Amino acid sequence: MDRPSVVVMTDAIVVEGLVKRFGATTALDGVDLTVAEGSVLGLLGPNGAGKTTVVRILTTLLLADEGRAEVVGLDVVRQADAVRASIGLTGQYAAVDEYLTGFENLEMVGRLYHLPKADARSRSRELLERFDLAGAADRPAKTYSGGMRRRLDIAASLIARPRVLVLDEPTTGLDPRSRLVMWEFIADLADGGTTILLTTQYLEEADRLADRMVVIDHGRVIARGTGDELKAQVGGQRLELTVRRSTDLAVAAECLRPLAVDAPRLDEQTRRLTVPVSGGVDSLAEGLRRLEGTDVEILDLGLRRPDLDDVFLTLTGHAAEENGGGTTDDETGTQVPAATGGIR
Amino acid sequence: MTTLGQTLSDSATITRRNLIKVKRVPDLLVFATLSPIMFVLLFRYVFGGAIQVPGDVSYAEFLLPGIFAQTVVFGSTITGYSIAEDLQKGLIDRFRSLPMSRSAVLIGRTVADAGSNSISIAVMALTGLVVGWRIHSSVPEAIGGFLILLLFAFAISWLMALVGLLVRTPEVVNNASFIVIFPLTFVANTFVPLETFSPVLRTFAEWNPVSAVAKSARDLFGNTPAAIPVPEVWSLQNPVLYSLIWVVVILAVFVPLSVRAYRRTASR
Ligand SMILES: Nc1ncnc2c1ncn2[C@@H]1O[C@H](COP(=O)(O)OP(=O)(O)OP(=O)(O)O)[C@@H](O)[C@H]1O
Ligand SMILES: [Mg+2]
Repeated sequence: MDRPSVVVMTDAIVVEGLVKRFGATTALDGVDLTVAEGSVLGLLGPNGAGKTTVVRILTTLLLADEGRAEVVGLDVVRQADAVRASIGLTGQYAAVDEYLTGFENLEMVGRLYHLPKADARSRSRELLERFDLAGAADRPAKTYSGGMRRRLDIAASLIARPRVLVLDEPTTGLDPRSRLVMWEFIADLADGGTTILLTTQYLEEADRLADRMVVIDHGRVIARGTGDELKAQVGGQRLELTVRRSTDLAVAAECLRPLAVDAPRLDEQTRRLTVPVSGGVDSLAEGLRRLEGTDVEILDLGLRRPDLDDVFLTLTGHAAEENGGGTTDDETGTQVPAATGGIR
Repeated sequence: MTTLGQTLSDSATITRRNLIKVKRVPDLLVFATLSPIMFVLLFRYVFGGAIQVPGDVSYAEFLLPGIFAQTVVFGSTITGYSIAEDLQKGLIDRFRSLPMSRSAVLIGRTVADAGSNSISIAVMALTGLVVGWRIHSSVPEAIGGFLILLLFAFAISWLMALVGLLVRTPEVVNNASFIVIFPLTFVANTFVPLETFSPVLRTFAEWNPVSAVAKSARDLFGNTPAAIPVPEVWSLQNPVLYSLIWVVVILAVFVPLSVRAYRRTASR
């Protein structure tokens, strides 16, 4: 790939004022976003937010009612063919031909991107290898597991080395291990200079892969920025303390009050106390020292920074869809159970 | 943007893909062929005694070209079914996001289905030979007979492609197409001479393109009984020409409509 060695910040994707209505539903209500060449944008939003609709408009599958979109400087409506030649799309649901083998699927897509036959074949072999499908290359895709299909689908979108890759929920339905592997693939591609727009409901995923994020809900952008910027919008760090006896909560709150920068929150049910602080680990140490002077029985104490789940809750008023697993506390490594468990 | 060469090579790629499915899921073709074989045997041996064709040609000989016509028309409904299935599975989205020709998916589909129809006809012709059907004409005429059958089915495939793109649910496409295909293939001279029909049905049957296609095939295979007078209608006096006019008209209408629907379709 010959990329200019001088970094010129141009936008590989530009979306302006997109509006899309389906009958009475307004799926997109004026969405603007840009993705700098070579960067990764995470498009976040709950079910029905309009993520797939943005993806479909960008990839020339759907016409917007208002607004415009450009990919590598090409208009998605007027220069649709040229746009298609520069993008790779992996849709929300794996689109592989079940009756063809993995190899045949890739070769077919390669040929349809107009790669010469020999290139299509060698590239197919290479991608099957890379996506850990070489052993299943000559089996009909019908026999593949969900995760294998997903990988084959992504491999298909990479066959012509697109400059821009659009991934609609690439890890939904994958087990944790496959998800990690997929993250590595995506991170590798990003390192290689591919511009990526990826939609997800997994905040952890966006946090890990995306340089910038755009959060949409009900077809509108409700927040944008880097992960840190978004977290900053939600508020700062806090101490979280769990005690054995709920009667100790008030005692502990009183004891930690000097550290608090805002009113502590008490939860009798979970016997948890949340104290907004500003001193980072120093606050943690200081808190622990103070508590030692009391007979409060501590089960757990940790410093927590807001993660994207908090961002989501604060911004949308409802939790992002989560699939069970816990999120890891940023600073202390304490396991925080995913209290925001799936609202579906 | 896409050149003719590209359209052809994309169509070939898609045709190959569709034929691989025929190879991997032979049940489809087996069942598509079993029912016509059953028809041949049923009509030949169950109704064969009751249905008399006057003159020198046996009922088996009269029957076969009609069954060919019916089978290929039924066979072309698979086009609509398969396209709806591709839509449902997101493959059409995948294809529409690729820089390929906008008509290649439909061309590849209809051409592959013409391929499976050829296999069906070959199987039925062999069955026919076993139960007493014979070709009494020259080789070029016989080839012409098969070509008319396949061309007409190819045209119907394009109509079915549009149905598939608009209806989108494979099972519904099937049911919807049978509503059209049954009267079209039964209210015709497919199984019995038109003399037996009531006046209204008879007029419909005389102008029904399936009658003309069956009559063309009969004439070209030398299976038309000399004793049956040719009806006094232009369509059946010039069945080959009339059939070809239908082929051209159906293609002229449904190729552009289907390609337009394909460009606009969104899979939901
Ligand atoms: N073809 C369509 N016809 C009617 N309504 C549609 C259509 N496509 C999308 N919608 C509606 O538009 C809204 C946005 O849908 P979209 O698929 O873009 O959401 P999403 O963010 O991708 O959701 P999910 O996370 O569930 O995939 C939803 O209310 C949806 O019901
Ligand atoms: Mg979606």
